[in-house]
Amino acid sequence: MLRDITLGQYFPGDSIAHRLDARCKLILVVLYIAALFTAVNYGSYAFMIVVTGAMIAVSQIPLRAIVRGLKPVLVIVILTALLNMFFTQGTPVVKLGALTITREGLIRAAFMVLRITMLIAGTFLLTYTTSPIALTDGMEILFGPLKKIRVPVHEMAMMMSMALRFIPTLIEETDKIMSAQKARGADFDTGSLIQRAKALLPLLVPLFVSAFRRADELATAMESRCYHGDEGRTRMKQLHWAARDTLAILLGAAVFAAVLVMKHFGL
Amino acid sequence: MTPIVRAEELRHVYSAGTPFEKVAIDHINLDIEAGQLIGIIGHTGSGKSTFIQHLNGLLRPTSGAVYFEGGDIARSKEATRDVRFQVGLVFQYPEYQLFEETVYRDIAFGPKNMKLPEAEVDARVWEAARFVGLSEDLLERSPLELSGGQKRRIAIAGVIAMRPKMLVLDEPTAGLDPAGCREILRNITDYRRETGSTILLVTHSMDDAARIADRLVVFHNGGVAFDGTPAEVFSHTQALLEIGLDVPQAAQIAQALRDRGVALPDAIYTPEQLRDAVLAAWKGAGAC
Repeated sequence: MLRDITLGQYFPGDSIAHRLDARCKLILVVLYIAALFTAVNYGSYAFMIVVTGAMIAVSQIPLRAIVRGLKPVLVIVILTALLNMFFTQGTPVVKLGALTITREGLIRAAFMVLRITMLIAGTFLLTYTTSPIALTDGMEILFGPLKKIRVPVHEMAMMMSMALRFIPTLIEETDKIMSAQKARGADFDTGSLIQRAKALLPLLVPLFVSAFRRADELATAMESRCYHGDEGRTRMKQLHWAARDTLAILLGAAVFAAVLVMKHFGL
Repeated sequence: MTPIVRAEELRHVYSAGTPFEKVAIDHINLDIEAGQLIGIIGHTGSGKSTFIQHLNGLLRPTSGAVYFEGGDIARSKEATRDVRFQVGLVFQYPEYQLFEETVYRDIAFGPKNMKLPEAEVDARVWEAARFVGLSEDLLERSPLELSGGQKRRIAIAGVIAMRPKMLVLDEPTAGLDPAGCREILRNITDYRRETGSTILLVTHSMDDAARIADRLVVFHNGGVAFDGTPAEVFSHTQALLEIGLDVPQAAQIAQALRDRGVALPDAIYTPEQLRDAVLAAWKGAGAC
């Protein structure tokens, strides 16, 4: 059950999207989001749908995985749609007592749903096609200039990659301890809220103990390999900026430019 | 007689429908007779851990079924919960599951979940502590400040205290020093002698398996490769080596001697058997 949690889980693969440089993909996502928020009308929305579809096709990520990723935000999507449907002024279509659904409201709701869906699908493609390590490396380099004003970019990136690295480990550990306590008759699923909160104690205590032990071991392992922060540190997996990355950025910029032009002509 | 546990066409698939889909076990048919001490052998990923988690209903079979004393353990939630107390499962590295403030309360966790009266819980805690050789003064200490070997014995006591009809131990000696290993194994054999429980022991150590088990089941690639007495199983030396498993040291030495032309019988897997066989062969050769 815990295994089903996806936190932008990485899908190993060998598509063009997988081979693009992490920095390139990060910039592309920024361009994509910018384009998405610039799009205002039927024409540009249709265009963005095509672009999103093309991105999914290129990344070779199964559509099912993307749909599954959308599930957790379903509530927000529905809520936004409802709010827009009922609270937009315009020509009434249906009257439900005090509430009126307007034509403008329906259109706006449809646009908002599309925008949020595409926003999430697009950003999920980034985490689906990029390993967490490459992603944090890419971020560290892109935010590198901030080091000049004493922002601890490296430390933040290191913390992030460690946190990402340990999420699956902790989930696995939780699963194991849960099984072990269930084998001794612990019951995590039934009872009142207070009973359930109490039932979590046999799970949380060992989990914290092992998390601290792990953190301690990791710190020792890092120190014994002379880790001392950013200065003079090299990477095992270097990021390589290739011609295809430049090409991809140009393509992304072209999409953004196209949306801008469309907006200018009211499409 | 109905076997205490019967697995029928057991199959389990992890992460079905994702790129990480993995068939862990398939076509497992196994009868476990009451009172047996069974050694389960197999290398990492052979499906043995998945298999034992089916025995008390922690994992549900993808297809097939597990029967405890004739009843399907997945037939109802209550049945599954009841089987949890009848089939005591000690996980690998069980010391990481300790959580209570005192050793006593940690051992009492299982019996308390069984909703037993206070006096009964108390009796069982003392009994379980005695089985694993925990001294009285340890019971009021915090489990977290004790040594690794002691923690492991506490965790095993926590399961024994439920008085399960069948005890399943997943590599109870992993990571312990030789003295700790011997002690745990002695605890297990003593426990069996006194209670007559059925015991399933998952182990990597062929020597341990050869020494204490009545029956060995070898898992390989999610299926049962061999099933029989230690003598039968270890007679397949070549096949065992081919699937990446060891044979007991005594069996290895016997095989090396056979390769050099010493006439030794087939079923040799404990040091004592080897000693007797070598003596017999030596006397035989001397007589010629």
